[in-house]
Amino acid sequence: MSSSAAVSPPSATGAKPTFFSRLKGGDQVAYLITLLFASIVLLIAVLIVYVLWQESSLARHKFGFGFFTSQAWDHNEENYGALPFIYGTLLTSFLALLFAVPLGVGAAIFLAELAPPKISNALTFMVELLAAVPSVIYGLLAIFTLVPLMRDYVEPALKSTLGFTPLFTGPAYGVGYLAAGAVLAIMTFPFIISVSREALLDVPREQREAALALGATRWEATWQAVVPFAKLGIMGSIFLGLARALGETMAVTMVIGNVPKISASLLSSGYTIASVIANEFAEASSDIFRESLIFLALVLFLLTIVINGAARLLIIATTRKGSS
Amino acid sequence: MSRLAWRNFVNKVMLSLTAVCTLLTVSTLILILGYLIWNGGKSLNWAFFTQLPKGPGEVGGGMANAIVGTAKLVGLASAIGIPIGFIAGIYLSEFGGVTFPFIIRYVADLLNGVPSIVVGIFAYAIVVLPLKHFSAWAGSVALAVMLIPVVVRNTEQFLQGVPQSLREGALSLGASKWRTIVTVVVPASISGILTGIILGVARIAGETAPLIFTSFGNQFWSSGFNEPTSSLPVMIYNYAISPYDDWHRQAWAAGLVLLALVLVSNILARGILGRGTAANRA
Amino acid sequence: MKRQTVVGLALVAGLFGTLALAETHIVAAGATFPYPIYSKWFSEFKSEKGVEINYQSVGSGGGISQLTQGTVDFGASDRPVTDAEIAKMKSKPVIFATVLGGIVPTYNVTGITKDMKFTGEALADIFLGTITKWNDPALKALNPGVNLPNADIVVVHRSDGSGTSFVFTDYLSKVSPQWKSKVGANQSPNFPIGLAQKGNEGVAGLVKQTPGSIGYVELNYAVQNKMAYGEMKNAAGNFLKADLASVSAAGATAKTLPASITNAPGANSYPISSFTYLLIPSKIDDAAKRAAIKDFLSWMLVKGQTYNEGLDYAKLPASIVASEQKLIAEIH
Repeated sequence: MSSSAAVSPPSATGAKPTFFSRLKGGDQVAYLITLLFASIVLLIAVLIVYVLWQESSLARHKFGFGFFTSQAWDHNEENYGALPFIYGTLLTSFLALLFAVPLGVGAAIFLAELAPPKISNALTFMVELLAAVPSVIYGLLAIFTLVPLMRDYVEPALKSTLGFTPLFTGPAYGVGYLAAGAVLAIMTFPFIISVSREALLDVPREQREAALALGATRWEATWQAVVPFAKLGIMGSIFLGLARALGETMAVTMVIGNVPKISASLLSSGYTIASVIANEFAEASSDIFRESLIFLALVLFLLTIVINGAARLLIIATTRKGSS
Repeated sequence: MSRLAWRNFVNKVMLSLTAVCTLLTVSTLILILGYLIWNGGKSLNWAFFTQLPKGPGEVGGGMANAIVGTAKLVGLASAIGIPIGFIAGIYLSEFGGVTFPFIIRYVADLLNGVPSIVVGIFAYAIVVLPLKHFSAWAGSVALAVMLIPVVVRNTEQFLQGVPQSLREGALSLGASKWRTIVTVVVPASISGILTGIILGVARIAGETAPLIFTSFGNQFWSSGFNEPTSSLPVMIYNYAISPYDDWHRQAWAAGLVLLALVLVSNILARGILGRGTAANRA
Repeated sequence: MKRQTVVGLALVAGLFGTLALAETHIVAAGATFPYPIYSKWFSEFKSEKGVEINYQSVGSGGGISQLTQGTVDFGASDRPVTDAEIAKMKSKPVIFATVLGGIVPTYNVTGITKDMKFTGEALADIFLGTITKWNDPALKALNPGVNLPNADIVVVHRSDGSGTSFVFTDYLSKVSPQWKSKVGANQSPNFPIGLAQKGNEGVAGLVKQTPGSIGYVELNYAVQNKMAYGEMKNAAGNFLKADLASVSAAGATAKTLPASITNAPGANSYPISSFTYLLIPSKIDDAAKRAAIKDFLSWMLVKGQTYNEGLDYAKLPASIVASEQKLIAEIH
């Protein structure tokens, strides 16, 4: 609120001589009304930050920076730490990108460079529909299809081939980091495909044609001349996907196993920031418990803002470059 | 193998790989749709749309209250969010100077990226706690907070697409600025703006996390907007993790209904009215 | 939540609140342990008296927490509320035991046709992670002739603050010194291993989905879903399954309420039995709500009890019904 008041005066004072004439024509009124509504957007954002900051003060003061390094999540001792959740959030998002980036960029290259425009548009349309499927439906599908598949086939196979590494040890639960990462991958690649494809399509034709004229194969032209040109946009799409994966709640809650522990094995169960809030916020009886959850929400909020901000900047940078 | 043959070989392999990637991603959609339609179709019946939920372990019943509940939540959220977003979008495109619009635009993008569960905490703190009860209001406020940034950015984007010459023409005929906006600029871009609104509304219709501790749940009908209200996404979540076969059946049915709702509005919006990309929805 | 935030934000919310109409429907939340019977009661009560009681099974921890926040009209919990928790509530809750139930070890192991037998010590070792295989010698010794596979045990427990967890760990603490020192009795125990899911519903759902798993749920959840559950060795040394008779036998040992009746004495007492409770504020300002809640309590103690056995919950002993009928007058 205060910052909107601080920014608006220049235009209001600048308009002063003609204020009444403009008011008569309705322009000043319209200006003020639209300004008011635009300020609501700012107000909401300020309120969210205020609520998260204010309502986590107890936890911030009690745990301080130790919150980020502590593995405790003990309701009995009222001792809370964020590390298992931060670990789970980052690990599942990383796994998601591990699957989604090659798949998504590969598909985007095919759709932008190889497929005939009509087919490309139709397929892109279908992929974008994937982005509209609600999270809880991914969760529902995952519980009844992905988890049994992981438990009965994928995880035993991983254990028997790669079981000598610490990454694939322990019982094959089906639910856990790996399942959560796989669901998140399916939820993120539509973003990567859609935005990367746009970035690739924005690359000037000459880039491609010059490479082909120099005798490059189709792949070489794409990989060496076109993709580097669209690099920032592709990076942007990856960050966008990452931001979505970090904040994703329901689908992850349904398949991650909900255990606040850190394990090296991708097969074991874990927890993410968003899913612990979803599970425990309604039952947080003590102040410090509730405020620790809100502290976690604050951490998640800041994390996604940084990632989103980076994504936007990268996408803006390429669109400018592409259109110039 | 000669160098040229090798390069051609790499070319073929890599190009085929990109095709495989596309095939994999598109087939994911087909699998998801197919599996959901198969399971949901089997489970859908008339009772699902007309009856209240039965207790745990009892067979039968439906989700009539959750269907109406979702409609109420989404309707109220739209009533709150669309005007705010639309008018703020007009400000950004038509009235803005330099600094303040930049801030609003940036903040709208940030709001768009706020995880839904965080929005749930926000609505709990500002609506549920002061009023001392869970309500459709609280759920709708949460959903509106998610809807507003989508509408703002989308409205702005399409308004700015309107050629400057149209505006100048109307202004030169002596129309005031707001008349020009209402009679010329907005009508010229209305299909794009509507597309964005439909996509935004479809997105909030499927949100679960912000509703768990705002609109809560209700096994009966909720009257008005001041009571805990059942919604399809929360019902799907509760039923999916339960052990009851009949609840699983109903979760599939609800999933199909919700997905049909979301996909049909997406297809309508984008097929008929215009095209959007995942980027401006993200 | 902090006062200044609430005051500051009440303005925003108050705007919305005044636009909506006041309603007299009752909202309650809490334990999942008695959810099947509560759901039955509230639907029967609605068709008989026309009063809607919206009960959401969010777990005992959620019930106590939301009652403290004042967002529900009453709460439900399988564990007694502590004095510290009562101190934070607006008015002291009047506590009504409603039904008796048993918590059973339910498992999903293919190829076992006979009911398994468990002791408290064996269960404690499984949930501590010291017994990790289904064919562990300790389990083999308890189950001669049962074809136990060489498979990992997948432990499933609650992710939410739970009265069921409290009763289960209260029992394990009584029979296993190791459990008592490492984990203890708690609504949110720090289980060293396993997977977690929300509510009795979630644990039953996950066990049903996961081969090789074991979890603890209220008897009704296992029976309704045709899930296998084991016999428990009671304090007198007898192995028995949870059923109306064995749970009632444990309930009969309670002198005053709330009481822990885990590991109850008596040859026929099921060792992981528990009462479950409604927490009704002693002061309810809304007269219509107060009357409806009191009406429900009287109904529940007489007519309500007749529905119990159909859903595998034991009736309250007659002496408790009599004393609770007097307790209703304490709600003002």
